[in-house]
Amino acid sequence: MSAGVGVDLENLWIRFGDFVAVRDANVNINGGDFFSFLGPSGCGKTTILRAVSGFLEPSDGRVLIGGNNMKGIGPNKRPTALIFQNLALFPLMKVWENITFSMEIKGASARERRKRADELLDMIALPGQGDKLPSELSGGQRQRVAIARALCAEPDVLLLDEPLSALDLKLRQHMRTELREIQQRVGITFIYITHDQGEALTMSDNIAVMKAGVIDQIGDGKTIYNDPATAFAASFVGENNVFRGKVKRVMGDEALIATNRSGDLVARISTANQGRMKEGDEAMMFIRPEAFALAPQGAAGDHFVTAKVNHEEFEGNAFNIFMEGDGGKELKVSIPNLGQSFDDHTGQNITLEYETKNAVCVPAGELAAE
Amino acid sequence: MKTFSFMRISLWVYLAIFFAYLLGPLVIMSATAFNSPSFPRMTPWECLTFEWFSALFQDERILNGIWNSILVGAGTVVLSVAMGLAGALMLTQIWPKLRATYYTIIIAPILIPGVVIGISTLVFWDRINRMLGLGADSWLSNGLFLTIIGQSTFIASYCMLVLVARLQRYDIALTEAALDLGATHAQAFRKVLLPFMRPAIASAAVLAFLASFENYNTTTFTFGEYPTLTIELAQKVRYGITPAISALAFIIVVLTVFAALANEAGLRRRELVAAARKKATVEELESGKLRLPGFLSSNVAAVALVVVACATVAVVGTATVYSPQQCIADVQEQKRLETEERIQELRRQRELRRQQQLEQQGEAAPAQSAPSTGTGNNSGFGGVFAPGTLSGDEEEGEEAEQEPQGNGSGFGNVFDPGALSNDGEDSGSGN
Repeated sequence: MSAGVGVDLENLWIRFGDFVAVRDANVNINGGDFFSFLGPSGCGKTTILRAVSGFLEPSDGRVLIGGNNMKGIGPNKRPTALIFQNLALFPLMKVWENITFSMEIKGASARERRKRADELLDMIALPGQGDKLPSELSGGQRQRVAIARALCAEPDVLLLDEPLSALDLKLRQHMRTELREIQQRVGITFIYITHDQGEALTMSDNIAVMKAGVIDQIGDGKTIYNDPATAFAASFVGENNVFRGKVKRVMGDEALIATNRSGDLVARISTANQGRMKEGDEAMMFIRPEAFALAPQGAAGDHFVTAKVNHEEFEGNAFNIFMEGDGGKELKVSIPNLGQSFDDHTGQNITLEYETKNAVCVPAGELAAE
Repeated sequence: MKTFSFMRISLWVYLAIFFAYLLGPLVIMSATAFNSPSFPRMTPWECLTFEWFSALFQDERILNGIWNSILVGAGTVVLSVAMGLAGALMLTQIWPKLRATYYTIIIAPILIPGVVIGISTLVFWDRINRMLGLGADSWLSNGLFLTIIGQSTFIASYCMLVLVARLQRYDIALTEAALDLGATHAQAFRKVLLPFMRPAIASAAVLAFLASFENYNTTTFTFGEYPTLTIELAQKVRYGITPAISALAFIIVVLTVFAALANEAGLRRRELVAAARKKATVEELESGKLRLPGFLSSNVAAVALVVVACATVAVVGTATVYSPQQCIADVQEQKRLETEERIQELRRQRELRRQQQLEQQGEAAPAQSAPSTGTGNNSGFGGVFAPGTLSGDEEEGEEAEQEPQGNGSGFGNVFDPGALSNDGEDSGSGN
């Protein structure tokens, strides 16, 4: 498959009256990528999608598709197809008519349309269901019909607006894999909007993390997860434990943080912030629950944390320990269940250790809401 | 328990009264269409007749009125539904702060009395007509045009209300989806929005037609050369009504009931089919072996529809075969017999009175009584006291008054009731 058509956002601003929905977004999406915008609801990600599909004109800046400025080009003239959050299947048309709507308006004959619909129905694993009405299908089937309808228009860029949010968990996980497979088969650019970090991480080549109209970080899933650029990115993507404090000393790409509760701890400075953190700065340090290990009682040093256990739970694949943490939030530790014996620690103080590479520090900032 | 059953009974009584109040006039009016007296009434029931229907279809003015009403109705439907749809679309897209004001303005024609709308339509278009320097025979002062325009001003508001209700359930994302798939705005409207609106458009069209058909107070100012049915009826009523109007009412009632039942049955059927399709498996759908529920099962409306259809066929069938002439003649005969009896009664009473008078006079001056018995009497003086001759004379006069159609029998038969009735029967069968 060829590289496909890329999408570029240049200094994109979108305002509704006084409200700024998107603030100075700069994104390069490579052709053929599965690109996700990840952020909490109301962060402006759907607004960006509507600007790309042509339902919204940017207040400032440009949208380029395949290098062409899309200013003044309506949604029906752009090489994009949008899959709506509620799917927006035409309720009065049969499945095959829905799928081939884009051919009908170009004046294709019913026989051609039938043929193409059958091909696409085979592709989405719904053979022979063309004569049903959308209301007669299940949620996952409707989802696939919406994808087929969008693909039938042969877009260069497929835009998906939280298409899985209405499905139940099992189906959602199944559709993730399926979407990714379809994307790899057709080889066109997918731009995917979601607030579910699991979806973004599993499917995307690249992810943009958004907060209140601002893009915090762009990178692939591993970078976003392991090397967050901001406190928001660190706390929004996956579970994380936060330690607040001040930078005590910078040692190359590592820093010693004087935390409020747990003494001096050492952490790696995230790539985006290297050289930008200096002594005395307010800082936040993040360690994932699974990055801790139990340490011998009383061990002390710059990679040991001691705290009192509030409660514990057994999750099957892991033991979760909830300890007194920083800033009112509990410190969560997950010890993988490898068959070891596990004593109840409730009410005791225990000591944990971590490897420096698994602790990352960024300048203090706003955390994602729980 | 007792109060409960009492409540139930009073509820049923209330329902019965309520429906009698609602439907009673219609039932009685329909019945009068089949009764033979020339004034619409149900009692006394004389003869089952269909002549009022044929009278109706021979009435040029009524037929012309129906035709004009249909023309006006068709024009009003087209204009009102188009304006209503435009108004409804506008309402959903207008700036939210203006929406309440806009709604009030567009609803106002419903609240304005039809008379006012009629007069203002007439005045307004007359102004326009003069401003354009057109004559009195221009299309702007044409009755058809004015009536359609006048009725549409408020019927369009009704249509808008119906259409807005449906439009509120429309997901604007459907239009966006169509645009996104490459459709132009016109294509999105025609292929997505319009099919969605079709049921509401059909309802609005029926509503508009009925409102136009029954409208009187706006039309009365604007009809010009095109009197509609309501106008014609109103003019007819001034000169007294005949059961032909009941016949028209009956036809309209039957058509309405029929259409309502057909619609209801169709809806039920579609629901049942949809339910069956939902339950059907893919294989059933594919093999085409989908079992549709029986047309009549659990479908009251369909059953009622079949009953009404059968009744209609029966009535029409009877009408083609049945001839009420014999019955009408019998009734006429019976009436005459009744009159006859009344006359006899009267005669006897008068004779009695006269005898008493004569007795009194006879005691006073018997000889003078002879001239007073009339010159027409050929029975000679001796017959003066014969009761038959006296009353016969009087009866002749009465009969001439009460039954002008009378009979051709000779004078001599007048006194014989049997001969009379034979005669009447003869003339009846002669017809």
